[in-house]
Amino acid sequence: MLNFSKINIFLIYLVFLLISFFSILNFQSQQDPLIDKKVNLGLDLQGGSYLLLEINSDPLIKEKIQSKVIPLKKLLKDNNLNYSNFKINEKSLSFSVNDIEKFKLFFFSKKDNFLNPYIDNYNSFELDLEEVDKSRVQVLFSKYGLLTINNSALKQSIEIVRRRIDDVGTKEPTILQRGEKRILVELPGLKDPERIKNLLGKTAQLNFRLVEVNEEFGVDKLVSEIGEELNVSKRIVMSGENLIDAQPNFNNQSNRPTVSFTLDRLGAQKFGRATTDNVGKRLAIILDGKIISAPSINEAIISGSGIISGNFSFQEATDLALLLRSGALPTPLTVVEERTVGPDLGEDSIKSGITSLIVGFVLVILFMIYKYKIFGLIANLALIANLIMLIGVLTILEATLTLPGIAGIILTVGMAVDANVLIFERIKEELKTEKSIIHAFEIGYSKAKITVLDANITTLIAAVILFAFGSGPVKGFAITLGIGIITTLYSAYFLARHLTSIIVLNKKEGKVNL
Amino acid sequence: MYKNINFSSKFKSANILSFFIFIMSVLFILFKGLNYGIDFKGGTLIELRADSKNINISEIRSSLNSINLGDVNVKEFGKKGDFLIKVEQKMENNSQLVPEIKKTLINNLNAEINFRRVENVGPKVSSELLQSGIIAISLSLIAMLFYIWIRFEWQFSVGSIVALFHDVIITLGIFSVLSLEINLSIIAAVLTIVGYSMNDTVVIYDRIRENLNKYTRLNISETANLSINETLSRTIITSITTLLALLSIYILGGEILRGFSFAMILGVLIGTYSSIFVAAPVLKFFKVSYKTLEKKEEKIVP
Repeated sequence: MLNFSKINIFLIYLVFLLISFFSILNFQSQQDPLIDKKVNLGLDLQGGSYLLLEINSDPLIKEKIQSKVIPLKKLLKDNNLNYSNFKINEKSLSFSVNDIEKFKLFFFSKKDNFLNPYIDNYNSFELDLEEVDKSRVQVLFSKYGLLTINNSALKQSIEIVRRRIDDVGTKEPTILQRGEKRILVELPGLKDPERIKNLLGKTAQLNFRLVEVNEEFGVDKLVSEIGEELNVSKRIVMSGENLIDAQPNFNNQSNRPTVSFTLDRLGAQKFGRATTDNVGKRLAIILDGKIISAPSINEAIISGSGIISGNFSFQEATDLALLLRSGALPTPLTVVEERTVGPDLGEDSIKSGITSLIVGFVLVILFMIYKYKIFGLIANLALIANLIMLIGVLTILEATLTLPGIAGIILTVGMAVDANVLIFERIKEELKTEKSIIHAFEIGYSKAKITVLDANITTLIAAVILFAFGSGPVKGFAITLGIGIITTLYSAYFLARHLTSIIVLNKKEGKVNL
Repeated sequence: MYKNINFSSKFKSANILSFFIFIMSVLFILFKGLNYGIDFKGGTLIELRADSKNINISEIRSSLNSINLGDVNVKEFGKKGDFLIKVEQKMENNSQLVPEIKKTLINNLNAEINFRRVENVGPKVSSELLQSGIIAISLSLIAMLFYIWIRFEWQFSVGSIVALFHDVIITLGIFSVLSLEINLSIIAAVLTIVGYSMNDTVVIYDRIRENLNKYTRLNISETANLSINETLSRTIITSITTLLALLSIYILGGEILRGFSFAMILGVLIGTYSSIFVAAPVLKFFKVSYKTLEKKEEKIVP
């Protein structure tokens, strides 16, 4: 165990130097990095906001099932099927039909089925059929139909969330899908997430609808921002989809903030027609079911652009313009988890983390020298090499360092010496019976090897499980702990062993002070 | 540093003590319960720093009473002027809660307030976090069980798991007695304790296995005693270096790591104790001898 070939020694130190090289990368200047790799600081250390958003696809499913009513009735009529008792439920449609078997035939037809398209990816129809009794059926989305709706809503939501956050202009945001219903948003450096939370909390469905004077069928009663109750037609003149741009402005006369918008060609046509036909009436501008303002149409607007003036501050006008530009979310989003750390707490955490690391390190080093003298020094050199390699590996992986991650490094310092302690204690035992020092070291190293491996693999198992199940900062702990074990084994079994061999082989038959 | 302490003579009294503390811990966990933090219970946590040192807890409490929050917990946190506010979760969606609390405090307190940390965990997420925490700990126990089973004999595997249960339950029991908060970092600590305690047990088991083969005339008590003594200085030195590192985190690592490092310190102490006084006696209970090892011998010896 103490004999190293030249090539072995070369390889051992080459690997060490290569990995160590990466740890230096963290200290290079930010402007002109040689290799753009460094350990990232977690949100708990650099400050920032972590948000977990969840989409709620229920309203969307309700909307989608309602959109099936007309094609369904058409299918029934076209095929001379008599139906009665047609009911629209939350997530299904139910009705009685005279010939269920015949209906099924058309319902589950793979050819030109507008009502119930076949989803090739999943080998399933979009809709499913349940027979309530002999004549009554219930139409609802199939498992894969729901999945398709959910997935596309999630994808679309991620896109809109990205646009909104990019528009606010925070640095290096992370936006990722988490599971089937969730979006993870990380905003480093963000001090107060309230504005972003507000922006993400609005679906921003924009509608233009006419205000009807007399109350009749097809009217919604909506309250405007200033408390006025208006009857608004259910017919949508134009919606936010037709918007291509929106910008905050100031109205020169009233000196109040406004939002100007530009419409696409289709939108301009629709808007032009509606305003031409309804001069004198009021047009309600509705965002998420609330009237922002309801100006009178003074003249036809055919330019394809307009101005929304409401009772808002400039900040609100800016946010409204941003929401309109980025488009509507398909479903409402809720924040199900939020963690925000202020930048000064992050700084404090780094400071206290590093202080405790240095103090822990020095204590362990002093203890080892006291205990094992020259070999303690070797263990300490191995420990320092271990730390440098640990940081190097973290850099190569571009891992995220969190506060618990720093704790993991400190713990590694405490536990890393264990490998050398095991070996040295074993050698001590062997020295009692063995005359030859070299022989004692040989046997000590080879006997302790299995124990060291067994003991470290158990901790590694714990670290791997922690990594798989932990979230955020805790994952950072698992990473440093796990990598720490591997670098520990390397430094104890290669570096420390080689250094030991130099001392032992040079001493020959003298006394060893262990 | 070879000692000759008669550990095996103390096995019985140690086991009675362990059993008693274990049962007490279970009772505390069952009846007093664990003090789950917002990670696992849901709710809102706000850490704030007031620039004026004259602000006291009652001022914060009374200003928060003006808005109806339900169960609010305010305590001092670290330095003077630092406070931690915890609000229990009442409903699924309370997006206005945090801005409202912030506004109330800014308006009512006569000081510049810096909101250093805000955490808000919904009930669904918190129950998922608790679930995955429990799964992670159970999975790690099962993984250890199998690892030891593969590397040793089943008796060793059972012994190490008994020791691990002992460590985890007593650590949680102490957390229950002291009403310390259980959060995500405590789960991390418990898993690390599992790893550390296992590490310690493996070292002693390894030596027992070796000595069973070497001194076939010794019975398991004598072998265990010999092995514990032989590895004792290593056990103590490693515990000391690990504790030095942990104490450094506990004292200097700041408020956020305090619970974590405290759990780890408990775990290292209990884990070291259990390797000697729980894991080894289990082998005695199963009457393990060199004959037990014969089947696997060829595979193990390197």
